[in-house]
Amino acid sequence: MFTGLMLNTWITATIVAVIAGMVGFFAVLRGQTFAAHAIPNGAFAGAAGASLLGINVLWGLAVFAIGGALGIGALGSERQGRKGRNDVVTALGLVLMLGLGALFISVSSEYAEETYALLFGEVFGISQGEVLPILLLGIVSVVAIGVAFRPLMLTSALPEVAEARGVSTRRADLYFLVVMALATSMTVPVVGALLMFSLMIGPAAAARSVTARPGVALALSVAIALATVWISIALSYRTNWPLGFFVGVAGAAFYLLGLGARSLGVSRTRLAA
Amino acid sequence: MHYLFEPGLFASGPVRTALLVGAIVAVTSGVIGVFTVIRGQSFAGHALADVATTGGSGAFLVGLNQFWGFLAAGIAAAALMEGIGVQRRRGRDVATGVVLGAALGAAALFLYLGTLQTSTTGASFTVLFGSIFVISPDTVPALIASGVIALVVVALLTRVLLLSSLSSDLARAKGVPVRIVGMVYLAALAVSVSLAAVAIGAVLSTALLIGPSATALRVTKSPGWAMAASALTGVAATWIGIVLAYDSFYWPPHGHGWPVSFFVVTLVLIGYLLTYVKRPRRLAPRSPHEGAECSPA
Repeated sequence: MFTGLMLNTWITATIVAVIAGMVGFFAVLRGQTFAAHAIPNGAFAGAAGASLLGINVLWGLAVFAIGGALGIGALGSERQGRKGRNDVVTALGLVLMLGLGALFISVSSEYAEETYALLFGEVFGISQGEVLPILLLGIVSVVAIGVAFRPLMLTSALPEVAEARGVSTRRADLYFLVVMALATSMTVPVVGALLMFSLMIGPAAAARSVTARPGVALALSVAIALATVWISIALSYRTNWPLGFFVGVAGAAFYLLGLGARSLGVSRTRLAA
Repeated sequence: MHYLFEPGLFASGPVRTALLVGAIVAVTSGVIGVFTVIRGQSFAGHALADVATTGGSGAFLVGLNQFWGFLAAGIAAAALMEGIGVQRRRGRDVATGVVLGAALGAAALFLYLGTLQTSTTGASFTVLFGSIFVISPDTVPALIASGVIALVVVALLTRVLLLSSLSSDLARAKGVPVRIVGMVYLAALAVSVSLAAVAIGAVLSTALLIGPSATALRVTKSPGWAMAASALTGVAATWIGIVLAYDSFYWPPHGHGWPVSFFVVTLVLIGYLLTYVKRPRRLAPRSPHEGAECSPA
């Protein structure tokens, strides 16, 4: 379980979990769950396009992920004051990218197995050469979030105060979406578009439901993401069932545990008061 | 005319079925989509489609008709989302995301087990992107019936839904059971979305749900007109998309039709973007009250 190629799997999955835990925490905090779903899925379409053109899949992933992030950020927050417009733009952007993906896949006929791998991941059998770029990108994303930690927190929690202090919510939105796009463009070929989404939302939502303190919640989110990935790899290795199944179910289970813990905590404080 | 409509287009059975099913789906999605956009539940609409594909792949595995799998999973997910769902938009999105994440995991498992059985990977493509030309005529009555049921439910609830969408506090004060209305509406949305997902794929169902209604709501503010315009736009986009997809068989690369979903998505988006072109005319204040609002107090 811990030899050869499996070692690469453990290392990569650990890096991915740290990125997903951090980025996902802000995605949940900023209410950008839908974008967290749309960007990895759009990136998947880019990969299909790149393989059709015969260029490196990473280029397609990066172009579609970052293009999608910029489009959603620019068109979406323009009318942020108005209810629900953000959602509409995200939905339409996602649908456009997936529509293109459908076209690319249908035109290149030999893509069916790779479709499954890109959607649901191919985490077993990662070569040494694939680990390094993911590690580099992981460091870049973590640094990018670390540098902008305060403005990101401020615009998430108190947008009005942020505006008053001269921090543009819109620019913070764009910045964050591009970081998310960078993170997903590297991780999608390894863990799959759908898995990346589950890994970003489940742990972060669980952490948020337990504690309201941002630093603790962020650390907890990363810890839960790590636990989710490690448990899932072990189970997937044993049962041979797809990793995505365990990650999705474990994420939801942690969230339910978090909700349960919170309602217990609430009743306890009520009793004490 | 001859170049637009290939000879034999309307004589072909699958095409006629496709046009019929496409129209049903577009009308149902168009009408229900107006509420989805007003209520800001685009994510829920898309998530329900994705969750429905989980049911679809499960049904594929068991050997049932996919439509029943789509329907069961969609309605179960709607109940779950509204069950966990917090009233605030942000909390609701997170609940939607968690349900979606778990469902996608299950879809991965079902598709994996499916490939073990049949050793084909085509299932994931069909489930996600749909294939309107291979709908069997047997399922058409079931599709029509569920579309009509969803439309009737929404029609009965129209007034209550509009009120609770625009101001849930006001609705509650008037004695409207907001939670139950929300749940019934989500169930209708699930029916409509699974109808669309089985006919045209999960991707396209979101396009038809959100695109035409967002376009219509940018053009008119009246919900009634918006529903009519949205249904019409949806039907037009679907029909033109089907005709183009049929024609595209003769486009490069030869002997390989382009997917219907691509054409419909593109048409829907063009429609939405066209409403932006008209926008500058509306920059002038429409009434003295609106102008007064903009001036500094």
